[in-house]
Amino acid sequence: MIRFDYTRPGDIDAAIRSGTPVDAAYLAGGTNLVDLMKENVARPLKVVDINRLPLTGITELGDGGLRLGALVTNSQTAYNEQVQRRYPVVASAILAGASPQLRNAATNGGNINQRTRCYYFYDTDTPCNKRQPGQGCGAIGGFTRIHAILGASEQCIATHPSDLCVALAALEAKVQVTGPDGDREIAFAEYHRLPGDEPWADNTLRPGELVTAIDLPPKGFATNYTYLKLRDRRSYAFALVSIAVGLRLEEGKIAEARIAMGGVAHKPWRRREAEELLVEREPGHASFDEAARALLAGAVGQGANDFKIELGRRGIIRALAQAAAGTPQSQTDKRIA
Amino acid sequence: MSQVFTPNSELQHLAGQPIAEIATTLTINGVERQLVIEPWTTLLDLLRDKLDLIGTKKGCDHGQCGACTVLIDGTRVNACLKLAVTLDGCEITTIEGLGQDGNLHPLQAAFIEHDAFQCGYCTPGQICSAQGLINEGRARTRLEVREQMSGNICRCGAYTNIADAVLEVLESMERA
Amino acid sequence: MNAPQKVGIGTPLSRVDGVAKVTGTAKYAAEYRVPDMLYGVTVVSAIAKGRIVTLNEEAARAVPGVIDIISHLNRPKHAWFNRSWKDELKIPGEPFKAFHDDRIQFAAQPIAVVVAKTFEAARFAATLVDVKYETEPHNIDFETSLAEKFMPGVGHRRNTYHPPKDHGDAERAFGEAPLQHAAEYHLAVEHQMQMEMHASTVHWHGDGTVTIYDKVQGSQTSKELVASAFGLGEKNVRVVNAFVGGGFGGALRPQWQLHVATMAAIHLQRSVRVVMTRSQMFSHAHRPECTYQIRLGAAADGKLVAVLGDATTSTSRFESNMEDIVTWGMMNYACSNIQGSYAIAPRDTYTSADMRAPGAATGMTLFEIAIDELAYKAGADPLAFRLLNYSDIDNMNRKPFTSKALREACHEGAERFGWAKRSPEPRSMKEGRELIGWGVATGLWEANFMKTSASAKLSADGHLEVASAASDIGTGTYTVMVQVAADTLGLLPESITARLGDSDLPTAPVEGGSWGAASTGAAVQLACQTIAKKLLKAAGGVEGRPFHDVSSIDELEFAGGYMIRRGDPTRRVGLLDAMRAGGLDVIEAQETASPGIGGMISLATKARNTHSAVFVEARVDEELDQVRITRVVIAVAAGRIINPKTARSQILGGVVMGIGMALHEETAPDKTLGKWINHSFGEYHVPAHADIEDIEVIFVDEPDPEVTPLGVKGLGEIGIVSVAAAVVNAIYHATGKRVRSLPVTVDKLLAV
Repeated sequence: MIRFDYTRPGDIDAAIRSGTPVDAAYLAGGTNLVDLMKENVARPLKVVDINRLPLTGITELGDGGLRLGALVTNSQTAYNEQVQRRYPVVASAILAGASPQLRNAATNGGNINQRTRCYYFYDTDTPCNKRQPGQGCGAIGGFTRIHAILGASEQCIATHPSDLCVALAALEAKVQVTGPDGDREIAFAEYHRLPGDEPWADNTLRPGELVTAIDLPPKGFATNYTYLKLRDRRSYAFALVSIAVGLRLEEGKIAEARIAMGGVAHKPWRRREAEELLVEREPGHASFDEAARALLAGAVGQGANDFKIELGRRGIIRALAQAAAGTPQSQTDKRIA
Repeated sequence: MSQVFTPNSELQHLAGQPIAEIATTLTINGVERQLVIEPWTTLLDLLRDKLDLIGTKKGCDHGQCGACTVLIDGTRVNACLKLAVTLDGCEITTIEGLGQDGNLHPLQAAFIEHDAFQCGYCTPGQICSAQGLINEGRARTRLEVREQMSGNICRCGAYTNIADAVLEVLESMERA
Repeated sequence: MNAPQKVGIGTPLSRVDGVAKVTGTAKYAAEYRVPDMLYGVTVVSAIAKGRIVTLNEEAARAVPGVIDIISHLNRPKHAWFNRSWKDELKIPGEPFKAFHDDRIQFAAQPIAVVVAKTFEAARFAATLVDVKYETEPHNIDFETSLAEKFMPGVGHRRNTYHPPKDHGDAERAFGEAPLQHAAEYHLAVEHQMQMEMHASTVHWHGDGTVTIYDKVQGSQTSKELVASAFGLGEKNVRVVNAFVGGGFGGALRPQWQLHVATMAAIHLQRSVRVVMTRSQMFSHAHRPECTYQIRLGAAADGKLVAVLGDATTSTSRFESNMEDIVTWGMMNYACSNIQGSYAIAPRDTYTSADMRAPGAATGMTLFEIAIDELAYKAGADPLAFRLLNYSDIDNMNRKPFTSKALREACHEGAERFGWAKRSPEPRSMKEGRELIGWGVATGLWEANFMKTSASAKLSADGHLEVASAASDIGTGTYTVMVQVAADTLGLLPESITARLGDSDLPTAPVEGGSWGAASTGAAVQLACQTIAKKLLKAAGGVEGRPFHDVSSIDELEFAGGYMIRRGDPTRRVGLLDAMRAGGLDVIEAQETASPGIGGMISLATKARNTHSAVFVEARVDEELDQVRITRVVIAVAAGRIINPKTARSQILGGVVMGIGMALHEETAPDKTLGKWINHSFGEYHVPAHADIEDIEVIFVDEPDPEVTPLGVKGLGEIGIVSVAAAVVNAIYHATGKRVRSLPVTVDKLLAV
């Protein structure tokens, strides 16, 4: 871990002033940033401790939505009564991830800003364009079990590791940010980005911008939803493939569908055309399979991760079945519903 | 945006700079301590290296094993991922604060009775984690205990005994 | 008057070191407070093979708090000759010597250590050491390395290696067999991943002596190394490993952090601590990768007529690590035509090493998958098939066993598991979307005994201390020592202290090979018997001379603090009364347990093994191939059980690691970079709590006074052997999918 200047601003304006230089980093729960600093991957010269900022509430929004403060911990969010009742897919996704200790420390803002778990990104003795632009990508042609099958570039095949973000993408959450140029709202689909030629940028935040809240829209798909996470062990492991689904059923048919995938791309993976394929259709294997194939269209394996395409297809079908049946995946009982 | 890697060549100037130390107050196992801490010191290293509270273990130093689990204001977290300076004003409980020889915490006694450890290295973290689980109050069944104790790796494989020990304490609390 | 209850061998005593462990007061290697100690953080090689060209330390040295940087350029002298690098588990070849020269032999090789006043300063400065390399071509791909496989010549083989012994004409028998099975099996590299990272705290006393707190499975093996390789001299080095946070073989050989910490301490003439990072834990010992071609032939009635095995395991380019892979299958079943071959394949990694049940965990496990496949081909129940081919003798060495209660283990395990209710067809049991499979496998490991010394000291206050330089790596050695002493002298465990983990104590081997309880226990018993003899002599001074006609302690029983005349409980003397009568303040004894002449004869003529039968229920999602291991019953035949509580734990631990071997554990190579790439606890998956459901352990009755002095066979390793086979066999029974490469990850199941 490098040496840095530590500041603990008392208000948001002061935080932004401290956090705007390119060599500054905001520190919240620390579960990702401190780890990356120990690995010598993150090397901020200024660490701005935002833990004392007033971003710790979960509040109702005028439009019927719910605002999750950026500094609310993942645990507080998952066990919040409103979140559990109205947005159970969010609670489920959080509880599918990490461990109780990590969820107790990790914040919502930190969660959406967490960085890839690519082995090569983490290991400073290997090349990585995300860590150090221009170095090349060690993963391509390397060991790619955990890497992307969709939306990758020749510069980077990393995946976004968050479970929460997959649910937020399905719900079309909005990210509230504030920064040197004032406040703005970013649609969740626009928040994370694909690697393209600038794989070092995970998201569309501008210098100094700080996530203040995540807004959940009124529609929570609380009846027909699931978060299905497939991984190498039954707990405390990142997803190989995960699927968040929200369905609205009317008279036995699907009126609206949301499907987002984790573990497969540099951002939570959604395609409206896949969801639209389900509209007006009866839930069932045929329609689910079509949607799955549409969501995975163009998927390309790197060798060791080829299996994610088929696992993803089957997982989407099962997740849709779980959601349609109203039998969401338990994050405690490891039997897959 | 994401933090871009600062090359070594740009870091070398840091080497010669004086170290900033930050006054921090921590209440550890009920004792208030006024400390002066370098900002890059983790709570785990502070406990082990500076305060000789070696009961909190370093099993990976990256939040991937749970051996460093302590309670901060009653909530279980990985001490290895907390910079100590960020905890100014917090109350920290480590295994040394839970119970001692002659005054064992019920979890400590249950771990011994059920042989819920072998090498003992993950044990303080397991016990602090179990106390956190009890404080959270969301685990009652074996299935729930298994999942909610999954942030603590035990390479000796004492899991079934750990679940027995935690369940015994949970059940005795329910009876009480 | 009745004889008091005996408390000792066979009772489920809670671990005597339990309080220290649950209160966090048990001190591990990196936890000793040493005055004025410095912290060392090791810089490791970024390349797999080549040379260090330059090592620029300027920026690192400028970090406040940095005291020095030690590398091959300025290290203190260390021994040139390989023979001076002492190591109880020496492997033929050239031992790795940290900072020896500019050569890089494997990725993450230690190349320098930054020593500073604080850990944080050293950690930062270590990132500023700028190393330039000259790279050379490397290979860490196992498949590629097979082109270079070889069998070391006699004299260059590991002394633990047992060559396979062929019998009959296996090729011909196989060719003619009506039932044949031939397949190739594979095991990935696994790392021991003990929870405690390797650490050495060197206390530099300043008078030429050092005390080293080391993470190692034997204090005396580290002492020997340090005394010899770094020229400190035997009398000046004391190594302490009172608590060891797991070993599993990874700490059998002193690891490189000991070299690094010792060199730093010598160079600076100061106390230094060096702790590996979790990532660096992947830079040394690991279970070798293995490929194993198995051919089995059976007659129409299912009786084995041919067993052929050819295996290769991985090693480094500088040492020839060897395991017994093919022998287990040749030993375990009755078959008159058997043939085996073995080779090792070198690659540019650190040398592979022993990991829990080395050889058997690989060879027996893979063989038990093949046997299962043949059982299906024979249309037989997999358990009945094994019993049909049961061997009452060691089939390869053609020796009888001192005892073998595997048949009983099979029956008792099957009974508890409910095996009789198994539906024979694969894919025939289902609940909801989960296919259910029941698998079985049998396990085999060695019952070893090693020459070990122990001392005992009885004080006039009734306190007994027993001591040996053994180690307790979680195995329960402290507790076993107390129980054996309690049993021998009839004292309460509370009045006994066991000391171990200190090279100054009586000589003991490293903790491994499942020999600890049998060997240390026997030594403690001998020492306590000598105390008993001295007590008997002292009792001659007791008024009334109640033992005037007693000539041997065999005529006495020791219980409740008394020596009691067998058959006449009214004739008794308190141990402390005897001491007083004899004018003794303290009685001391030191003894060495060794096989003796009878033992040597038995060793030459009899096979000595532990056995197990493992039953597993796997549930596999029919579409998603997600596997849950919901139930395990393991029946173990391991002679006498000293402590059923800690013994059960050892087996539970083996089963959990076996489940990891079956489903999770794999260290993945990046072939281009020449390094293990998933080098973290986050990406090298060992079982988490949620992966482990119900496990039941049964110890079958197996009295065996011949195998070791206490009749103990040892339990540290048998628990893992063949567990992964039972899992694989259960998955096959559930799904009809046969995966022959461990671990069985979801991608492999999807591909079948």
